[in-house]
Amino acid sequence: MTQLLEVSGVSVSFDGFKAINNLSFSIGPAELRAIIGPNGAGKTTFMDIVTGKTRPDEGSVLWGEEHVSLLGLSENRIAQAGVGRKFQRPTVFEDQSVFDNLMMALKKPRGPLATLLFRPSEADVARVGELAREIGLADALTRKSGELSHGQKQWLEIGMLLAQEPRLLLVDEPAAGMTLAEREHTTDILVEAAKTRAVVVVEHDMEFVRRLNCKVTVLHEGSVLAEGSLDHVTANKDVIDVYLGRG
Amino acid sequence: MTKSFLARNPSVLAFLLCLALFTLGVTVLSEGLGLNLVSTSFVKTLGKTLCLCLAAIAMDLVWGYCGILSLGHFAFFGLGGYAIGMWLMYERTRLIVVDSLANAPLPPTEQEIADAIGTQIFGVVGSAEFPPVWAFAHSLPLQLVMVVLVPGVLALVFGWLAFRSRVTGVYLSILTQAMTLALSLYLFQNDSGLRGNNGLSGLQNLPGLADTPQSLVSLWFFWASALALALGYLLAAWVVSGKLGSVIRGIRDDEARVRFLGYPVETFKLFVFTLTAIIAAIAGALYYPQAGIINPAEIAPIASIYLAVWVAIGGRGRLYGAVIGAAFVSLLSTFFTGGQAPDLNLGVYTVKWVDWWLVLLGLSFVLVTLFAPKGIGGLFDLAAGIRSPNRRGADLGPDQGSFREKEAET
Ligand SMILES: Nc1ncnc2c1ncn2[C@@H]1O[C@H](COP(=O)(O)OP(=O)(O)OP(=O)(O)O)[C@@H](O)[C@H]1O
Ligand SMILES: [Mg+2]
Repeated sequence: MTQLLEVSGVSVSFDGFKAINNLSFSIGPAELRAIIGPNGAGKTTFMDIVTGKTRPDEGSVLWGEEHVSLLGLSENRIAQAGVGRKFQRPTVFEDQSVFDNLMMALKKPRGPLATLLFRPSEADVARVGELAREIGLADALTRKSGELSHGQKQWLEIGMLLAQEPRLLLVDEPAAGMTLAEREHTTDILVEAAKTRAVVVVEHDMEFVRRLNCKVTVLHEGSVLAEGSLDHVTANKDVIDVYLGRG
Repeated sequence: MTKSFLARNPSVLAFLLCLALFTLGVTVLSEGLGLNLVSTSFVKTLGKTLCLCLAAIAMDLVWGYCGILSLGHFAFFGLGGYAIGMWLMYERTRLIVVDSLANAPLPPTEQEIADAIGTQIFGVVGSAEFPPVWAFAHSLPLQLVMVVLVPGVLALVFGWLAFRSRVTGVYLSILTQAMTLALSLYLFQNDSGLRGNNGLSGLQNLPGLADTPQSLVSLWFFWASALALALGYLLAAWVVSGKLGSVIRGIRDDEARVRFLGYPVETFKLFVFTLTAIIAAIAGALYYPQAGIINPAEIAPIASIYLAVWVAIGGRGRLYGAVIGAAFVSLLSTFFTGGQAPDLNLGVYTVKWVDWWLVLLGLSFVLVTLFAPKGIGGLFDLAAGIRSPNRRGADLGPDQGSFREKEAET
């Protein structure tokens, strides 16, 4: 089976500091992957590179069956190609309703004219309602998203991600600020999503990662330190030294 | 979702009703067709104010909704004025020339007529040749196309260059100021082909209608301005009511996030920038025939800053706020700078409003920015939330009579 995303030999430095160092990573079309690593390991920077926010100094990022290079594509083109991203800090459009947030994310033509003339069909409204139910916000559709709790905003952002119907989801610390019950629900959503697409989850919380029950990649100082099942990597001596040893 | 556009946006309907009532009221009271209680010059002032309101709507779209603080939209306003002014001036001069040559022993040739028009128009700048920019001035339809095309293309090119290199925030504002300054300085030159600092004048006289009194012409333009404002308001409300409105407000609040949703942010900005430039240009094309004269000083950088101040005071991010701000501040400005306001005697010092108005305006701008970021429009929220809704804005305390009171009901 060919991989959906193949990152190889990527490096990037900020003012001489190597945030990503010869990193290689790949993921299949329907796979769940967790990335863990200490603060400053380069997890967010890795997502920045894949989504086009940061240009790497060297290396390649190849996408899909045709192995298209994502380098040099603008952020919106990469997003249209099927890469969805959830940020570390929840970023939803606080001034707009939950409904509008989801409707904006719904997979539709993205040009200005198509957007101007767009009027939601019954099916679109139903789809938004369905998504809202999935993320537990069915009763909050008309509320401004700025009123939501931190955890609800995280969910809304996940909902927006699902609405985009991406082939690859990059999820940065989805469980931050959530209660235990909310975390469990989040796990379910992600595991469910990974049945039909690739999902990469960055998370600090080991319990959360354990529940995801998937292959784990450990990042440290911008490169991959270990890869395998959670039990496998947590038994790795290097990993214990740099990461688990601290906590 | 099945409700009609107006039903979903009651404030639009309310605004249109107020505007219609206002237009009717002024007509009934006017010198030209009514009770002669409102002078022709004041009808013109009101007509011009409506055009400024339309420009403010454009500013609100681009700044209040899309977050692009353009301080150059008056350049487009002025270009619209110039475009229509060229035809008005050409055609009127041509009629005068043809008239005066009619008594000549030999019928004048085309060339003679063209030369005579050129001498008439460009004499003041020591020339008689028609510069290339006047190529279409003989034709009203072509020149009307220019009203839209010239500012539209300028906005498209400028916006493309600026947005493509991701210039944002204060740098973009400075760039737009530079654009309007450069344009104004260019037009000041005699060889720019638009009569340098003389500008275009006599625009209030419609060609071929020399016998129609200004009291009537002023009403025509007043109606046209009201119609343009109504259509502009409808268009703007329609644009922001749908998904495009969501997206551009998203761009204002967090443009990186919008990009990661897959929307080409730069193209959206370019779309809004160009659309609003065209709206401003149309407003300008209606404004200057009422003002009678346009010169390069009109598009000095300060004019665009005023536009931003009006929108800020009126309340950005809501269309009626922009209209209220523009109407209120510009009418007040006319009142104070026109010498109608009585001096304020403080004993030790006499405040002359002509001098102090700008200080007052600047101060209110700072105060609004600091303490009432929603502007005058915020009062509606206050009224809707705290008092009973049907008393909305009743005590806004208008200085210039009914206009504001009616506006307040939107
Ligand atoms: N734009 C930037 N300019 C300079 N340095 C940066 C930039 N972005 C990231 N860095 C640095 O690169 C390193 C990796 O940062 P990154 O945000 O990817 O870490 P992370 O693994 O996401 O950490 P955390 O767990 O805290 O989110 C950090 O040392 C950070 O300071
Ligand atoms: Mg991070």
